[in-house]
Amino acid sequence: MSYWALSLTLIFVLIPLLLSKTLNLGLGRDMTVATIRSIIQLLAVGYVLKFVFDSESLLYIFLMVALMIIAATHNAQKKGAAIQGITWKIAVTLIFVEVLTQGILIGFNITPATAQYIIPISGMVIGNSMVLSILFLNRFTAEVEDHQDQTELILSLGGTPKQAIHRQLINSIKASMIPTIESQKTVGLVQLPGMMSGQIIAGADPIQAVQFQLLIMFLLLTTAAVTSVFLGYLSYPTLFNKRMQLLKG
Amino acid sequence: MSTQYKPAIHFQHVDYRIGDIEILNDITGSFPQGRITTLVGPSGAGKSTLLKLCNGLISPANGEIFVKDKAIGEYDPVELRRMVGMALQSAPMISGTVYENLNLPLELQGQQLAKEDALELLEDVGLKGDLLDRKVKELSGGQRQKVSIARTLVNKPEILLMDEITSSLDRASKLEVEELISKINRKYKTTIIWITHNLQQALEIGDYTWVMMDGQVVETGESSLLEDPQNQRVNEFVKGVVS
Ligand SMILES: Nc1ncnc2c1ncn2[C@@H]1O[C@H](COP(=O)(O)OP(=O)(O)O)[C@@H](O)[C@H]1O
Ligand SMILES: [Mg+2]
Repeated sequence: MSYWALSLTLIFVLIPLLLSKTLNLGLGRDMTVATIRSIIQLLAVGYVLKFVFDSESLLYIFLMVALMIIAATHNAQKKGAAIQGITWKIAVTLIFVEVLTQGILIGFNITPATAQYIIPISGMVIGNSMVLSILFLNRFTAEVEDHQDQTELILSLGGTPKQAIHRQLINSIKASMIPTIESQKTVGLVQLPGMMSGQIIAGADPIQAVQFQLLIMFLLLTTAAVTSVFLGYLSYPTLFNKRMQLLKG
Repeated sequence: MSTQYKPAIHFQHVDYRIGDIEILNDITGSFPQGRITTLVGPSGAGKSTLLKLCNGLISPANGEIFVKDKAIGEYDPVELRRMVGMALQSAPMISGTVYENLNLPLELQGQQLAKEDALELLEDVGLKGDLLDRKVKELSGGQRQKVSIARTLVNKPEILLMDEITSSLDRASKLEVEELISKINRKYKTTIIWITHNLQQALEIGDYTWVMMDGQVVETGESSLLEDPQNQRVNEFVKGVVS
């Protein structure tokens, strides 16, 4: 795409800006900021990626992945404020998911160990793991709060913290995975996944694009399941003290 | 009051706080073993909180609690809570059937409640056997309270903590439950600590009574104290001015 064509895409920003102004939606400022930020951030990422790809240095790949994990942790951690030490728990979860998925991909020779594969796939895995963490934490804190009396009941009957929180934990793990599973059921019918569309537009063979998309989807299924279960089992013990009492607030 | 009785549970200068809020203030006293002690007082006095301290659902900020002469902190929480059983005020249920709720205490220990035992428990609390497979969400408030009592009995606790367990029951059911608890008390020498809003009930079923107000114990003694309280505030409470 030429720079002239790229500039013309700003028409797609002007339309909502005009609508916002005419209808007094008051979104003009936010949309302008969002546009400028996306231009700067994406261009910066593009140049950084180009630099990393050209250098083919494992150190740079490692640094990029580390940066993604830090940014994703920072984003997700705001949702789990009620859970002690949530920041490092999310970080450990993201690292675990990343190491596990890349380990399988590279270990079984599914994808080559080059920046071109590791970085975009890591981006998708870490990004999805972050969203799953947020979904899980939202649901789990709500479940714990809503069913405090059942937790207290099980403790009062001589149940352990794990028994007392088991239902809430399982419900939250299931609920956080549903969007991932549901979106896979309709994939291709309603809309083409972004990555696949991008590949096809860039000139790739559609069948090859589909193969990669399948790989990514299965990868994201693992990401979803492992994130919720891992984070869940790291989180629930901090809701109790050594005397097996439920800590409030 | 009870120098001739061994205490089942003894409180020694116990304070309890939530954040900066003082909920219980300097509680000292004993619950005699094998006897029924009732806890009365206006709502918000701290009765439920005191009961939760007795089976270690919460711990004091200051002071010490002894259960059968052993500091409560020395018990394994699981062992303590099976020995000191509690029927919670809100009669919480796990979702599922009446049987699943009755089975819960044993399920937590990897065991299973025999169906005959479940039926017998239902009969003890005055519920029909055909309720066994009913979903708990279909039960009335009174039925839930009865299931909650029956469930508490499954662990055969030595000390029974009852938090307003007859508040949603009609007169006949109330008498039935009172009779059941007295019977358990006589038959197994179970120590009972019973919170009730109903002063008549406290007078009839209790050997001893603690009157609580604003996080403090303001009067203790044989339950007949309620007929003629010495303390001015207790007097007002008994006359029904405060509720
Ligand atoms: N989880 C809690 N958070 C804040 N305050 C509480 C909590 N539980 C109890 N309280 C307060 O402690 C006081 C005593 O409550 P409670 O023991 O339930 O009284 P009672 O059973 O005598 O009605 C009340 O003022 C109540 O508002
Ligand atoms: Mg209460």
